[in-house]
Amino acid sequence: MPAVAFEHVSKRYSTGEHAAVKDCTLLVETGAFVVLLGPSGCGKTTLLKMVNRLIEPSEGRITVDGEDIHSLPETALRRRIGYVIQQVGLFPHMSVEQNIAVVPRLLHWPKERTSERTDALLELVGLPPDEYRRRRPRELSGGQQQRVGLARAIAADPAILLMDEPFGAIDAITRARLQDELLRIQAQVRKTVLFVTHDVEEALRLADVLVVMREGRILQAAHPRTILSQPADPFVAELVGASDLLRRLSLIPIGETMHPLPTGKPAELPIIERRESLRAALAKLLDSGGQSLIVVDSGVPAGLIELSDIYAAARQAPSAEALPA
Amino acid sequence: MVMGVILGVFAALGKTSKILPLRIIAEVYIWLFRGTPVLVQLILWYTILSQTPEFTIALIALGLNEGAYMAEIVRAGLEAIDKGQTEAAQSLGMRYGQIMRRIVLPQAMRVVIPPTGNEVISMLKTTSLASVIALSELLQRTQNIYTCSSCDGAFHPLELLMIAAIYYLILTSIFTVIQRYIESRLGDRRAGEAGRFGDWFGGRMQQAIGGRRA
Repeated sequence: MPAVAFEHVSKRYSTGEHAAVKDCTLLVETGAFVVLLGPSGCGKTTLLKMVNRLIEPSEGRITVDGEDIHSLPETALRRRIGYVIQQVGLFPHMSVEQNIAVVPRLLHWPKERTSERTDALLELVGLPPDEYRRRRPRELSGGQQQRVGLARAIAADPAILLMDEPFGAIDAITRARLQDELLRIQAQVRKTVLFVTHDVEEALRLADVLVVMREGRILQAAHPRTILSQPADPFVAELVGASDLLRRLSLIPIGETMHPLPTGKPAELPIIERRESLRAALAKLLDSGGQSLIVVDSGVPAGLIELSDIYAAARQAPSAEALPA
Repeated sequence: MVMGVILGVFAALGKTSKILPLRIIAEVYIWLFRGTPVLVQLILWYTILSQTPEFTIALIALGLNEGAYMAEIVRAGLEAIDKGQTEAAQSLGMRYGQIMRRIVLPQAMRVVIPPTGNEVISMLKTTSLASVIALSELLQRTQNIYTCSSCDGAFHPLELLMIAAIYYLILTSIFTVIQRYIESRLGDRRAGEAGRFGDWFGGRMQQAIGGRRA
């Protein structure tokens, strides 16, 4: 059973001529990290906000864990779904602690459990509780505020997390760090995440499933690698930069193309971690001037990768120019 | 004044409400009580409720009038709060009442305090109008003294009125100082250093409007 299912969902505004979302069908598996990507005005945020009924669909059906979202009271539904918004949306008149505790308080958790949970969440998002618990949102940097926003969204341990361009207003360096943190946290807590962005790099980096939208329609929904190697149409190809070889290589993990380590090979070769991408391997090869690298898995040699493997992998995927226009 | 503030909050909520009848009621209330002179309202209530004690009448008339003015002030405060706050609160599963009590109103109060101070002072002086319905407020008392028929007009009206004016001045000055104090502490908090009074005041505000759970 999918965690979230959109069935022929459309949204028409009474004021607008055309629909913001047109006949979208999408199944989201439990625990998947789904990124909705598209230019502004493509309907990605509208689609997201329909899940917790901040926006009501005009047509179609949305289910959460198999239940129609209209079979639950709005407030009950929303307390089961975490939501992180664009401009942080922390409450300035409350401390960090109080902000995180909003949903537990709505659910009448006992005080002790709430404060334990708050501390655990602050630890999880990398803000030492003793230092940050009593601060006001205004006293935090943008990145720190967004961490608190994330902690607040998952406070009552919802199975589903909606994120609407959460890192949009944050500088590039902090954004990259937050993306890593998010992946680390996601590996720990395993939520079903729906994440909206118009930043292609961010989308490729985070997504298990990348959903490309344009003018209210879903053009393609697949793993980022599939989208890069087999874009559904020229628009998708151009949006994700499918012709960019390095970008494609950055999505292929070394573990997939490496050979078993031959016996008796001298161990003086440079090493690279197994979870790194072929792009990182290429960079290392160019840097060392050699032909091969030793692949290690948490420090233990696991295999060998050669320049020719990278050539082969790069040639495998069809380029965007070869697609029918 | 307290009555005015409470009425004002409800009228402002009414006016910003999505429910049309509530909006109409609030609009009409504000239109009616802000659009007619408070003196006329006082005399009207005095005539309608002729059996009621003067003090109660003055309270009702001034309270209703004040509510209409406060409604507009509170509405401005509500509208000054970023829409994202409401959306964030909604997405966390708060009901309308909870959003207003815990999120929007406590923040709106900061915006509302300065003009409310104005209103307090203005209201204090407006109480002098209650003399027309024979309520013994400050002005009435003063006039009683200098028009005292059995006293041969021995008292000097000019001096007595000056003294009454000084009394008003003292009272309004006290309120001004209180208002300055509240504002400066809230201002500190806005700048980021959570002042002790700011925290205390914010907490009280939340308790007052948020009930036991705040």
